[in-house]
Amino acid sequence: MTKVGLNLLDQTFETLKAEGKTALMPFITMGDPDPETTVEILLQLERAGADIVELGVPYSDPLADGPVIQRASERALVRQITIPKCLEIAQAARERGVKLPYVLFTYYNPVLQLGLESFFELVYDAGISGLIIPDLPYEESQEVLRLADQFNIKLIPLVAPTSRDRVARIVEYARGFIYCVSSVGVTGERASFHQSVDEFIKSVKEQTNLPVAVGFGISSHEQVSHFSEFCDGVVVGSAIVRKIEDTLPLLKDEATKEQGLLQIHDFVAQLKSGNS
Amino acid sequence: MTQVPDEHGRFGPFGGRYVPETLMNALFELENSYKQYQDDPDFQNEINYLLKQYSGRETPLYYAERLTEQLGGAKIYLKREDLNHTGAHKINNAIGQGILAKRMGKKKVIAETGAGQHGVATATVAALLGLECKVFMGEEDTKRQQLNVFRMKLLGAEVVPVMSGTRTLKDACNEALRYWVSNVQDTFYILGSATGPHPYPMMVRNFQRIIGDETRRQILESEGRLPEMLVAAVGGGSNAIGMFYPFVEDTSVQLVGVEAAGRGVDTEYHAATMTKGTKGVFQGSMSYLLQDAFGQVLPAHSISAGLDYPGIGPEHSYLKDIKRAKYYPITDKEALDALQLLSRTEGIIPALESAHAVAQVVKLAPSMTRDQVIVICLSGRGDKDVESIMAYTEGEGLV
Repeated sequence: MTKVGLNLLDQTFETLKAEGKTALMPFITMGDPDPETTVEILLQLERAGADIVELGVPYSDPLADGPVIQRASERALVRQITIPKCLEIAQAARERGVKLPYVLFTYYNPVLQLGLESFFELVYDAGISGLIIPDLPYEESQEVLRLADQFNIKLIPLVAPTSRDRVARIVEYARGFIYCVSSVGVTGERASFHQSVDEFIKSVKEQTNLPVAVGFGISSHEQVSHFSEFCDGVVVGSAIVRKIEDTLPLLKDEATKEQGLLQIHDFVAQLKSGNS
Repeated sequence: MTQVPDEHGRFGPFGGRYVPETLMNALFELENSYKQYQDDPDFQNEINYLLKQYSGRETPLYYAERLTEQLGGAKIYLKREDLNHTGAHKINNAIGQGILAKRMGKKKVIAETGAGQHGVATATVAALLGLECKVFMGEEDTKRQQLNVFRMKLLGAEVVPVMSGTRTLKDACNEALRYWVSNVQDTFYILGSATGPHPYPMMVRNFQRIIGDETRRQILESEGRLPEMLVAAVGGGSNAIGMFYPFVEDTSVQLVGVEAAGRGVDTEYHAATMTKGTKGVFQGSMSYLLQDAFGQVLPAHSISAGLDYPGIGPEHSYLKDIKRAKYYPITDKEALDALQLLSRTEGIIPALESAHAVAQVVKLAPSMTRDQVIVICLSGRGDKDVESIMAYTEGEGLV
């Protein structure tokens, strides 16, 4: 019962590569501030020129995340946003016309509690193309990888500047794309990056034929533009989640909701404008 | 019985290394250094010297005669870890990891702390070894344990109040791990319990096994035989695993872990991971865990800040599943009653954590016979808790 067929994520990277473009990959926390607004935000992301979207599952103990995404998780968890709920939101956005490939970003424990088989059936049915589990290093990922392959869902690994000799082994088991962590640390905007990050990413590129994306800390169109020169994808997370946070007062009021959504759109569009 | 953990850090299905990729090489580096020094006589001598001359080991195995009389059953001994320098067993592990940090050339150490005992122990060792020290402590706990906060500062450590989540031990652990992710190149994380990713549960157990090793020698001296039962409190479980481990093969010795039932295991306010938890991955390892059906970690509650933790060390989960150890819940009230009983019968004020172990013995000892022997791990002294005991007992009209 292996699922076959084209994976939307692979297709998108192929198309962009043919056009010589880099994917802009926003991350948002699902259900922040509420499921309906997340659907609206997904529509805006696509309209603003996002190519792939990372759907963050809120978690009580997000080890790899800085304060901005921690706060978003807390806001979403007040509404009991579970994995099935996240997938409902993703599907609702599809029904509203969103065509972006979905990459689900979740810590391992919520996956484990659903049961691995049930989890993959759910994400497959919801049209998820890729999966990132930040606390599941490849040593612990065999069973998840086996099922992910079976369901044709790409298990995307993270590599960090500290991975060194591990990179070769990690890319060997990689699917979809390689997610390079820009610097040693948790998620969150960074004013600048160490020069060595460029060399690190280039060295990863030399070891794989898969697309290579960079994330953690990227927040401005200058940074997006810089990394677009040599990366296949650029992830912007905390900066967008913070923008959503800043816009909360507008989003919560029906009279100003459109205005808030427009601000989020403009922020992402402006990241993209450095992406051309 | 096979040796645990295996090379993947597994205790049966439990343990492992569930951490962000950024930390993986640091964990391997730590494991390799630990293995290299573990059997190095020089390293062992340095640790043993400090345990003896600095911390005052070995700690006494004291026959609690009046408590025994009072309960009218088994003969009760107390392993006096409360008599260690800094007042708890935590120093055993802090000395071990501190010296390992120094050998590895790390100048900066970090630690998490709940009640403050591990924080104080780490700050102490950092002062002794000339290391820069940062301790992460839930903001809620900094209020409950103000004295320990001041103590750490006095020792030259920086105390970082953690404002995220429930602002207790679990969040202090998260924040210490996040800080380590960001500063892994020059920082050594002195983890205080037998929890977290491999190799920590194994390493902490090995640094704490001195409790059980001494107990074994001492009880053979005083009783000429092994005890029927060992009883120890379990939060993350470092004092308990240190006490249990040297006895695991001795199947005649019952191993009893005592967890915090808070206001009761049928309320929302407890830390009874073994009684109410299910298997999950939390803070780097697979173990039992208090969580909801969708894998969100539930807040724990205990009057004792050191037991106020929704997880437990993976080796305990393993011992439970293979039915080698049993785990029982004790409520805040039962622990406080036991604390007062031990204070009045023996003149020893135990830490609230250790009082949970005493409370379980209050339940078990009377049904045992005079020729049976129980050893309680009295993991820490109660000085740090006097204020919170006062607040509670006045509120409940216990005194």
